[in-house]
Amino acid sequence: MAASLLLAASESGSTGALLLQYCLDGLTSGSLFALLALGYTMVYGIIELINFAHGDVFMLGSFLAYTLVARLGLDRLDPAGRWGAIALLLVVVPVFCATLNLSIDRLVYKPLRKAPKLAQLVSAIGASFVLMNIGLLWGGPADRNFPALLPQQNLLGPDAAVRLTTQDLMVILVTLPVMIVLAIVVKYTQLGRAMRATAQDPTAARLMGIHVDRVIGATFVIGGAMAGAASVIYSLYIHTISFQMGFQNGLYAFTAAVLGGIGNIPGAVLGGLVIGLVRSLSSGYVGERWTSALVFVILIAILVFRPSGLLGSRTREKV
Amino acid sequence: MNGHRLLARCDNLWAPCLVLALVYPFLTPLENLLFRYTEMSFGAQLTYIFIYAILALGLNVVVGYTGLLHLGIAAFFGIGAYITGILRVAAYPFQLDFLSTLFLSALGAALAGVCLGAPTLRLRGDYLAIVTLGFGEVTRFTLRNLEAITAGTRGLNPIPPPGIPSPLARLLPTLGIAPDFALDYRLFYYLCLGVLLLVIWLLGNLERSRWGRACVAVREDELAAACMGLRIMKVKLSAFALSAALAGLAGSLYATTLGSTAGPDAFDFARSITILAAIILGGLGSLRGTLLGVFLLVGFDNVLTPLVDGLLQRWTAGATGSANFWLTFSNWKLMVFGLALILMTRFRPEGLLPSCRIQHELHDEGAIVEGAA
Repeated sequence: MAASLLLAASESGSTGALLLQYCLDGLTSGSLFALLALGYTMVYGIIELINFAHGDVFMLGSFLAYTLVARLGLDRLDPAGRWGAIALLLVVVPVFCATLNLSIDRLVYKPLRKAPKLAQLVSAIGASFVLMNIGLLWGGPADRNFPALLPQQNLLGPDAAVRLTTQDLMVILVTLPVMIVLAIVVKYTQLGRAMRATAQDPTAARLMGIHVDRVIGATFVIGGAMAGAASVIYSLYIHTISFQMGFQNGLYAFTAAVLGGIGNIPGAVLGGLVIGLVRSLSSGYVGERWTSALVFVILIAILVFRPSGLLGSRTREKV
Repeated sequence: MNGHRLLARCDNLWAPCLVLALVYPFLTPLENLLFRYTEMSFGAQLTYIFIYAILALGLNVVVGYTGLLHLGIAAFFGIGAYITGILRVAAYPFQLDFLSTLFLSALGAALAGVCLGAPTLRLRGDYLAIVTLGFGEVTRFTLRNLEAITAGTRGLNPIPPPGIPSPLARLLPTLGIAPDFALDYRLFYYLCLGVLLLVIWLLGNLERSRWGRACVAVREDELAAACMGLRIMKVKLSAFALSAALAGLAGSLYATTLGSTAGPDAFDFARSITILAAIILGGLGSLRGTLLGVFLLVGFDNVLTPLVDGLLQRWTAGATGSANFWLTFSNWKLMVFGLALILMTRFRPEGLLPSCRIQHELHDEGAIVEGAA
């Protein structure tokens, strides 16, 4: 149905087609932000920490993908082999990012669980700097071109007014199942229940026999794996990676998490999609250079009227 | 405990430090010696450290005293710098004198702070943090994009140096100082040091005033403070405005000293984070801690890094002829900085020279809670 809608719009003339194109691009990049935002929101939900290093874990994931592609010559494979290569990247990179995220938690954040919130935040900033420096040493100061592994011709025909490529489809095909699996895990499994319980009240969860540290570790593993998946599809979709990309995208993803209501999983997805749409529409209609400013103006405006984000519940101050 | 005792002893070194700061410009051999090794004027670098110290003291009012996480202080620094630029450069018809510019920059930044704070200060901790961060980014992009007003990435320049009143101009040569800001760094040095000391004196008094105690009460427990009859919004908003004003003041001095507003990217998130890290490193809510933190961090960034880079380059250039990527200290700077932050929060979460109140809380928390129960 969506495809027929696309076709209809592409025939109906340029303004409608353009709008549809912007929405499509926005939703695609928005689902990327959403994937990244989930990592922020889950960690925040469980230990109330803005994990500044999350964006840099994402960045290092892209660098690993880049190194793998370059070293193994994955970009010289035939089309079927390339799909295999992408599948390989989607296994290796998330495992790497999950391990990295877990080690950061164990080495940096865990000793500080009882420290004041601000101290934890500073250590997160420190971890982010260290990872960023590792990225700089790994990939050098300049931007790198990530080779295109997927065909880029328009699936709707060469003359269609709306462009939908295999790359766009790939983003949706990866992010959507990941989010659905995450939703199922959090809602129905024992681990998910333990996570929700820990988020609500760590002490009570501990009293109920939940191994709180293990649950926190699992949260970091899941968040890291999603950052890894996001880094692979980001590299395949955007094609430019640099050691600073973690910071910029992390900022948008974190904004998405706050916009949706931090700690709230559907909120992070909604926030990501909203940010993606705002960015794409404002690049199209207002001008590329105002995009970032507009995103944050909208964020501030939304928070003024809904102080706990779009889907966040109003929390009462505990006495 | 040993480290603590050592730092406590350092505490007594403030008077000598002040004297050293006051007489440093006249220790020409020392300056020349440092210049030979670093190839930069240490005194001029100190001037920038004084400016950043004013900025950090401003941030400390919001984060340290009032306990609100502020991630966008650089925006107000930038607003101050650009107001100064607009009021001073030849391209605009204003060309006010230096002192009124300084005052108007602080005032303008404070107004911006009130405009941002009034609708958003009721947000809870991390939501407020992201709003300030967002404001920082909005300001930076606006400064960059409004090319007709701000000259885009080039920044507004040249900003003329302040005028020197004639009695002073006659006095200066007798001290061996050229009466021209462009010729002698010492004029800016004393100007910035003077403003810094004024700010320290002001904050030292405010800290112990009714208002200062109100800020701390809000930081410790908003609900309890409200129950004691404090108007939370008023306290928060005034702290926010004061911090913005100090940041604007620092921005104005920065632009004047540099002779340019620099580009908008000088006022990005990295600057806010560095200053935040400096005050947390030094010790939140403590004047001396903030000064020490700024001295260490900005010194590391502006003085130590180029110094080590130069030494390494001289050491390796003979072998390779050009700078080695792995042996360039700037490429390791973030790592050192990050590790320092991590280790510091791990082993001394209250900062190097904490205010005694916060130190007490962190180390005797159990005892206080038990006592209360």
